[in-house]
Amino acid sequence: MQPNFFSYGHTGFELVTALIKILFMVLGFLMPLASILTWLERRQSAMMQDRLGPKRAFIKLPIIGKFYLFGILHFVADALKFMGKEDYVPGKAHKFLFMWAPIMAMAPALIVAAIIPFGPDLCWGHMTEVVANGFCPRETGVAGPVPLQIARLDIGLLFYFAISSLSVYGATLAGWASHNKWAMMGGLRASSQMMSYEVTMGMAVLGSFLVYGQLEPGAIVAKQTEVFSLANFGSSWGIFLQPLGFILFLTAAIAETKRTPFDIPEGEPEIIGYFVEYSGLRFGLFFLGEFLEIVTSSAIMVSLFFGGWHLPSGIEGWLAAHLPNVAFVLVMFALWTMKVFAFCSFQLLIRWSLPRFRSDQLMRLGWQRLLPISIANVVVTALIILWAQRS
Amino acid sequence: MAVGVKVVNRPGGLAQQAYLPAIAEGLGVTFRHFVKNFFGNVTGMRHKTDIATLEYPEEKMKYPERHRGLHRLMLREDGQVRCVACMMCPTVCPAHCITIVAEEAPDGRIEKRPKIFEIDELRCVVCGLCAEACPCDAIRMDTLEHAHPTYRRVDAILDKEELMSRGIQSSAVQGGVGAFWREKVASAPQTPPSGDVSPRGPAPGPTAVTDLSRK
Repeated sequence: MQPNFFSYGHTGFELVTALIKILFMVLGFLMPLASILTWLERRQSAMMQDRLGPKRAFIKLPIIGKFYLFGILHFVADALKFMGKEDYVPGKAHKFLFMWAPIMAMAPALIVAAIIPFGPDLCWGHMTEVVANGFCPRETGVAGPVPLQIARLDIGLLFYFAISSLSVYGATLAGWASHNKWAMMGGLRASSQMMSYEVTMGMAVLGSFLVYGQLEPGAIVAKQTEVFSLANFGSSWGIFLQPLGFILFLTAAIAETKRTPFDIPEGEPEIIGYFVEYSGLRFGLFFLGEFLEIVTSSAIMVSLFFGGWHLPSGIEGWLAAHLPNVAFVLVMFALWTMKVFAFCSFQLLIRWSLPRFRSDQLMRLGWQRLLPISIANVVVTALIILWAQRS
Repeated sequence: MAVGVKVVNRPGGLAQQAYLPAIAEGLGVTFRHFVKNFFGNVTGMRHKTDIATLEYPEEKMKYPERHRGLHRLMLREDGQVRCVACMMCPTVCPAHCITIVAEEAPDGRIEKRPKIFEIDELRCVVCGLCAEACPCDAIRMDTLEHAHPTYRRVDAILDKEELMSRGIQSSAVQGGVGAFWREKVASAPQTPPSGDVSPRGPAPGPTAVTDLSRK
């Protein structure tokens, strides 16, 4: 019997939903949020520094008139400006690598989003009904639960490291291909910095791995059902299980995004950075890629340490028991979006509050401070788990 | 280690070396500013925020009272120009921006009046010497406006009518109060000066003959 397209486990259905999820994540979530962050960074920093920031861009609608929206439309104006600019390639630049470096810098941030869980399972066959405890029955003939996660990879976080470390190629190749010593310097600094902090990042995540016994972000999120409970400590949010791991991961993640206080690859007052020769839309790609990295690293942090899309279990259980499945999923997605947005905003806050490290200070912090602390965190976590299992 | 390097032991304990308390404090400062400005801005209470930005074309800074701005010619009680064409101001003007052509006034009480009174605001260096030199409070620079932008140079030359259009009636007595004013001061009843009083109190000397307070 030919299985129905909308039946559980049909490959075509899985592929089509995966494609829809990819389109939704990229066009409906990552790109808009990253674009808004380019505006938010300016507006929020202005508010922090007692200024007003960009608020004057508007669109003229036929009946309503001028539509300001607090100036969010500045990012549209910026994008249009980038498109109108000359695409200049320096004469001695390596044309091919110069062309591809911005894409190599941006693409990893998009690919990494594949493993981020952004909502509870969508119950295809029972979307308008209340699904008790979020448990979706797997019936034959009815398409099963659609996990709101593009790829449920068992290697999960390893995939994240593998792909996000690729983005160093974008920076380094851009610096090398520009045939400009300042760009070269920026590229070298970017590579040394990102390599150094990846070690700490991996070690920080190792603690979470020991606690949850999983590398798959969806499964890790599924375990963090409570915000904080002493009785069921294992299902608290990751921030309570791995507080030190969170600080280490946050530090390393900011270093990975190459933003202040770790922005020596850019270092506006000294070297402009690896993208000094870029203009127009190619520079726009670097710019957007930086903000995409903020979004994805925030999403990973939310998944690992702040319970992903989970609410405190009482409220979540009540919602699941009273709302139809599709509404429940939407509410949880909105909640997750708010969490990610808050984290992005927090990263902007850090970026506009702290001064930049010197290059040697950065290396000393990475190798002599953060790395030993993260190893100690792993060891202590392992010992505590061993003790908990024995007793 | 290189020669002459002095190793400095930094003070501070673990809390200071870990940066984190100081970072948290700094984030607190910026976040407080953000929250205050953000909510003040959202709720439309700009005056309660710390925001220093002035949105220039819509909002303008209030100039101080002694700001030297565009000139104006003051008026007599009957609305005529107060100027008697004494040529003090074009004489003292370092930029030679004032042009006065005098004529005989039809009014018998007045000898001269300006037929043409033009000020080239592009030439003016805004020194204020003309207003200082004027013996009869006819030219002032207290309009609190600065020279308007124009498309043609000729439009920046203000003529008598334009200068008078900003003028008001001066409270000073035209032609002065005459000789023996010191004796009149001594005999006049001492009324406290009306209008804005300078913080140092009334100046010593002849004040009470006429109300010398401006505007």
